[in-house]
Amino acid sequence: MYHRFDVVIVGAGGAGLMAAAQLAGKANIAVVSKLYPTRSHTGAAQGGIGAALGNIEEDHWVWHMFDTVKGGDYIVDQDAAEVLAREAVDAVYELEHMGLPFNRTPDGRIDQRRFGGHTRNFGEAPVRRACFAADRTGHMILQTLYQQGIKHQVNFFNEVMMLDLLLTDDGVCTGIVGMDILTGEIHVFHAKAVLLATGGFGRVFKVTSNALSLTGDGCAIAFRRGLPLEDMEFYQFHPTGIYRLGILLSEAVRGEGGILRNGKGERFMEKYAPTLLDLAPRDMVSRSIFLEVRAGLGVDGKDFVHLDLTHLPREVIEEKLPDIADFVRTYQGLDPVHDLVPIQPTAHYAMGGLPTDVDGRVTVDENNTPIPGLYAAGECACVSVHGANRLGTNSLVDLIVFGRRAGKHMAQFIQHNDLHSLPKEPEFRAEAEIASYLENDGTESAAAIRTELQDVMWQDAGIFRTGAALRQLDAALAELRHRFTRVGLRDHGKTFNMDLVETIETGYLLDVAEAIAAGALAREESRGGHFREDFPNRDDANWLKHTLAYRTSGGLKMRYKPVVITRFEPKERKY
Amino acid sequence: MDVHLRILRFNPDTDTRPHFEDYTVDADPTERVLDALNTIKWYQDGTLTYRRSCAHGVCGSDAMRINGRNRLACKLLVKEAGTNLVIEPLLGFRVIKDLVVDMEPFFASYRSVLPFLINDDQAPVTERLQSPVDRERFEDTTKCILCAACTTACPITWTNDEFVGPAAIVNAHRFIFDSRDQASSERMQILNQKSGVWRCRTVFNCTDACPRGIQVTRAIEQVKRGILYGDS
Repeated sequence: MYHRFDVVIVGAGGAGLMAAAQLAGKANIAVVSKLYPTRSHTGAAQGGIGAALGNIEEDHWVWHMFDTVKGGDYIVDQDAAEVLAREAVDAVYELEHMGLPFNRTPDGRIDQRRFGGHTRNFGEAPVRRACFAADRTGHMILQTLYQQGIKHQVNFFNEVMMLDLLLTDDGVCTGIVGMDILTGEIHVFHAKAVLLATGGFGRVFKVTSNALSLTGDGCAIAFRRGLPLEDMEFYQFHPTGIYRLGILLSEAVRGEGGILRNGKGERFMEKYAPTLLDLAPRDMVSRSIFLEVRAGLGVDGKDFVHLDLTHLPREVIEEKLPDIADFVRTYQGLDPVHDLVPIQPTAHYAMGGLPTDVDGRVTVDENNTPIPGLYAAGECACVSVHGANRLGTNSLVDLIVFGRRAGKHMAQFIQHNDLHSLPKEPEFRAEAEIASYLENDGTESAAAIRTELQDVMWQDAGIFRTGAALRQLDAALAELRHRFTRVGLRDHGKTFNMDLVETIETGYLLDVAEAIAAGALAREESRGGHFREDFPNRDDANWLKHTLAYRTSGGLKMRYKPVVITRFEPKERKY
Repeated sequence: MDVHLRILRFNPDTDTRPHFEDYTVDADPTERVLDALNTIKWYQDGTLTYRRSCAHGVCGSDAMRINGRNRLACKLLVKEAGTNLVIEPLLGFRVIKDLVVDMEPFFASYRSVLPFLINDDQAPVTERLQSPVDRERFEDTTKCILCAACTTACPITWTNDEFVGPAAIVNAHRFIFDSRDQASSERMQILNQKSGVWRCRTVFNCTDACPRGIQVTRAIEQVKRGILYGDS
């Protein structure tokens, strides 16, 4: 089936829906999601959205910008970080005006709380910057933005999975191809502008906080079409995942006073981050946990430590962290009011992704040359505001600020640009891919390949990395990709074929894994979420630059682009 | 330990009517029922079909009937569910395939109650003020994840296609009692029609079914009182 729109937005999480809200009434838009929009993973975000409103105590956007740059270990593009911190304030008010039910101060303003790495006066002490709706801030953002979509009668194409990105020979984006999961039918969406807002790819790792559907679809498809992926080696491992399940326990737990303790009951963050303690940035806390475990100081000598909330008043836990208390009760059978909670780091967030400028335009080279008509925002994009390590709350800020900017820019773009013709047989590649899976009588199982992929990525491209392990990983990934060419399905039907969906997703995961592994092997330094035991120091002389990974006929090629530095010269990162 | 799952299967391409199929998986007691379903799908029978995403009870994809009760498969552990499970799709909606039902009527009901903030006044430069007490009035109904567990547990919705169902009323409540909203009376008019709140017989199935612990029946009662006494 053929559709024509001004703008097609792929992904209905915070970034996609925020962009849609800007375009509503100004353009004919479609929002395409492989889920129902309210299932998007923005809804799982818990703790808050950072903005220097200063409702509780003095705060300034430039402090937020500084924290973002420092938190990202100085490989943040500072022009973008400035936009993020400045516009966060208006974007949060815009969400409130749309109806978002923030928690309130006694005088009726938006309440704010502490979060890791957010400080006053350039690192002096924690500041209350995170605006929140209990511990389901992401849920409320997602619901509020979906409500706006309903209000503005946006065309939602639910349970339609993107399979291809349409680019003309002269490098203009003219649409996408998708598959209606319900019927298996192929849909061509022809548009003046496309926004990729497809989210992250945490499912590339064994232990993750990410939803099963987070398989890097937009990144992988663009990568296959020859577009670069930026800084894929920077992946965030959140310190506090529920032991073994990886389900996130928000940093808000520590923002409200929760403490990490090792097997001996010691508050071990005193050793690693004497000022910010448990609220140090996530990469540092995750490594600290790992080092405690390695030193035999995990609980009972095992690979986890404890998150201690038992000193907090019951009301704080029930009123400010109700969902988290529910997760602990449901999945661990423990009561955080009385019991220590076993936690381990969990793969959480991709700092890297499709390179974009501050208006969400996808760029293709060291000079930030944009592709006309192609935009990206949210976790699948790399602006880069998170650098080597994202601060807590800044994912939601990123979605809202850059989803908004991409939406506004597209509204202008479609005014001044005509619809380009589609390439010939636009659905050809997508149809061929589907046919190859459905008709292949291969013996390899996508589930088995995916499980092995997750194991090797966790082992070799996880919190600690070495050149030797990454070279081994490279070989293992090549083997998995080879096996994947012989994948066979059990379900060959057209109707709601989730076997097919999961197989396609496994292919996407294999592609993003390749970019992560190659970027990590090339980057011979340690910075933020990327820690090389064989190169344990940050190396600004050689590595203060962004990775651009390209897939070419001769294998992956790495290029590098400079970091934008405006206000803050790189310094050693201490907390 | 061995867990036996008896799952109601239906493939529209090959089946004329649904039938049960039996599976046995080795599952840890602390695993989720969703994990058991994944084990079947990934290692025994790739044709088994169900929706899932977040796997921890916040996205609302995997509501289904487990041993006769509406549950999220990712929020029920094997140790609570037992070793003999009967799993069926939600009641009252057309089955598309296996445990996947047609959600369109559910979202149509949701859309019918104007589930968005309506306030035509010029917005202030900063936030609209709202006291913590005013916010508390609709706190409970903001938790809804639109999983349809409540609506498909309601005996009225099984027999009456017109009834908007508990989830739509919950989402109307969320705005009716929001001090920033100006369209409470419009929503209450919608819910005062024969498809609205008066169909509710206060069975409490919805409240029992809600995986988010929303006091659904209480919310419906509050909307009823709002309509009767203009209290919102």
